[in-house]
Amino acid sequence: MYQLLKQIVRAGIKTEAPPQPDETLRVLGQKLQQEILGLFAGSLAIRHVDAGSCNGCELEIHMLNNPYYNIEGLGIKLVASPRHADLLLVTGPVARNMEEALKRTFDAMPAPKLVVAVGDCGCSGGIFGESYASCGRVSNVIAVDVAVPGCPPTPSALLQGILTAISSSGRD
Amino acid sequence: MTFDSLPMQLTELPGAVPAWQAEAEADALPDLCQSVKDQGGRLAALWGTDERDRGRGYALHLVLAKPEGMLWLRCALAEGEPRYPDLSPIFYPAQRMQRAARDLLGIDADAADRRPWLRHAAWRDTDRPLHRDHTATKVFDKGSNDYAFVSVSGDGVHEIPVGPVHAGTIEPGHFRFSIVGEKVLRLEEHLGYTHKGVDKRFQGMAFTEGARLAGRVSGDSTVAYAWAYCMAAESIARAAPPARALWLRALLLERERIANHLGDLGYLGNDGGLTVGLAQFMRLKEDVLRANARLFGHRYLMDRIVPGGVACDLDRAGLDALRTECDTLEAEVRRLKDIYDDHSGLQDRFLTCGRLTASTAGKLGVIGLAGRASSQEWDARVQAKPAPYDVLDVSMKTHKNGDVAARVILRFDEIFESLRLARAIVEGIAPGAVAAAMPAAPAGRMGLGWVEGWRGESVVALESGEDGRVRNCHAHDPSWQNWPAVAFAVYNNIVPDFPLINKSFNLSYSGCDL
Repeated sequence: MYQLLKQIVRAGIKTEAPPQPDETLRVLGQKLQQEILGLFAGSLAIRHVDAGSCNGCELEIHMLNNPYYNIEGLGIKLVASPRHADLLLVTGPVARNMEEALKRTFDAMPAPKLVVAVGDCGCSGGIFGESYASCGRVSNVIAVDVAVPGCPPTPSALLQGILTAISSSGRD
Repeated sequence: MTFDSLPMQLTELPGAVPAWQAEAEADALPDLCQSVKDQGGRLAALWGTDERDRGRGYALHLVLAKPEGMLWLRCALAEGEPRYPDLSPIFYPAQRMQRAARDLLGIDADAADRRPWLRHAAWRDTDRPLHRDHTATKVFDKGSNDYAFVSVSGDGVHEIPVGPVHAGTIEPGHFRFSIVGEKVLRLEEHLGYTHKGVDKRFQGMAFTEGARLAGRVSGDSTVAYAWAYCMAAESIARAAPPARALWLRALLLERERIANHLGDLGYLGNDGGLTVGLAQFMRLKEDVLRANARLFGHRYLMDRIVPGGVACDLDRAGLDALRTECDTLEAEVRRLKDIYDDHSGLQDRFLTCGRLTASTAGKLGVIGLAGRASSQEWDARVQAKPAPYDVLDVSMKTHKNGDVAARVILRFDEIFESLRLARAIVEGIAPGAVAAAMPAAPAGRMGLGWVEGWRGESVVALESGEDGRVRNCHAHDPSWQNWPAVAFAVYNNIVPDFPLINKSFNLSYSGCDL
């Protein structure tokens, strides 16, 4: 126990300042009311779905919870069920074998809800594109609010995309 | 030579690893496979290709592996009746590979289990996605998705279906548990959810672009796959990357191993209830990834390995930074290892949990990290010895217990060994260029790549087509061999231990869904 406490003190606090939202990532105009966005700003529940990724984007989503990015310190939490979620984070091109699972997960989320598509695959189908096995970009299957490019996008870019999705500056 | 006791004409495939190619008759396969197995060999990969455009029906491909080399067998199957004998009684992992080949091409093993594996509902039983006359963008009519899971009957037996969408941030797959109380009687896996049509996507790609696709078969093993692809491409083109490129490739591979092991050790602590372990290890992993970005231009080293060499280099300052990093990281990991070892609550979760005996692992043909934790001594760095591993003298780490604790110990051991190798590379790296031009690749040549990725061997089997393009490329993930073992390891454990057991294997879904 002592060694563990010593290690915690030695490692220290690593959390860095979060990035600012980036409106260029926005796909659809902000449709949520200011009141809702105010609530999400301090408490956002995210459900992740891998719709067919190579697993590279998942690695960076994992890193969002490391001490440097510490999204839980911003009130952002990854949740186990779509029924608890405000935002759906989708990685990968949508494999045809995952099309129904993705739609069902989105449908299971209560409104108001947002969708962020992750990575070059999520934005455009990436190197896999559209084929007998892949539907291509996430917006071919469900409506996407924000799309974050990258292969994979860095945790900062991901966080920027998430913060943009709940930012009021994109309101029409 | 390794395979010369077999009754066939062997063609050597020159390149980084010892490899041969031969044509075989389908009917002769069981005897051939049994001979190789009796000599200590195993099945490394199995898949099919459409050869009707060359008047040769279909081809069944097998790669067999012995410690000293690989043999790529190609069997012609008649167009009208493409059948071959079931190889799964000899090599257990053949089961799912045979089912996948049938889903994509209609070639049929006379096997008991003919359920689809990759074909869920995205095409019908009569469709053949890998037929060359289907265009890359053709979409088929939906088929049915009824999958006949094996059901377990008896007093008090329940079924828990899990997935494809899982509770955590993880790849999708379906697990059907049959349980009594909390105890798992049977686990059946149903994968294929991230099937993206990679075999088809490779066809017609330019050689250099193929390395990019190979590196995205399974993102956490991008270095291993890109290197395996480049080995195959360089073999075909008779290209020799410069020595410095090979040293850098090994350095990148070891950094990939270290990064993945750090993350896994964190998650294994977390799944055992020690969340602070996750925080500490992920901090270290983030440091490694940031160093990757600074020194090599990409956090996960994607697209650093290219045909002909590497797309990055290290200067004096970079080498010094690596030296310092190795020392700091080693000290940090040793401290965390002491904490993990002394934490009785954590060890209570790890020890005896999810045990895969050496005997079962051997029968299942388990390889890679999970195999080594159950006494299966396979490590391409030690056996195939592609340069610079021929001079680096890697120490293979193994364990005999095969439980979660053994797979944890192995990750620590391999981190320390990879740090030792990284130091040796920094001291011994050859000077000079980091890339050489790739000669044009003649059509119809076959090349094999074999790299020990962090979870096991990545194998890439490449055949060149016209105009410097890929005719066929099949990337094989070690998870094909290892997924069936998870179902055995979880037997008689309680359901809440499944995440811990599954994470201790940490197999790829995308890698074998292709």
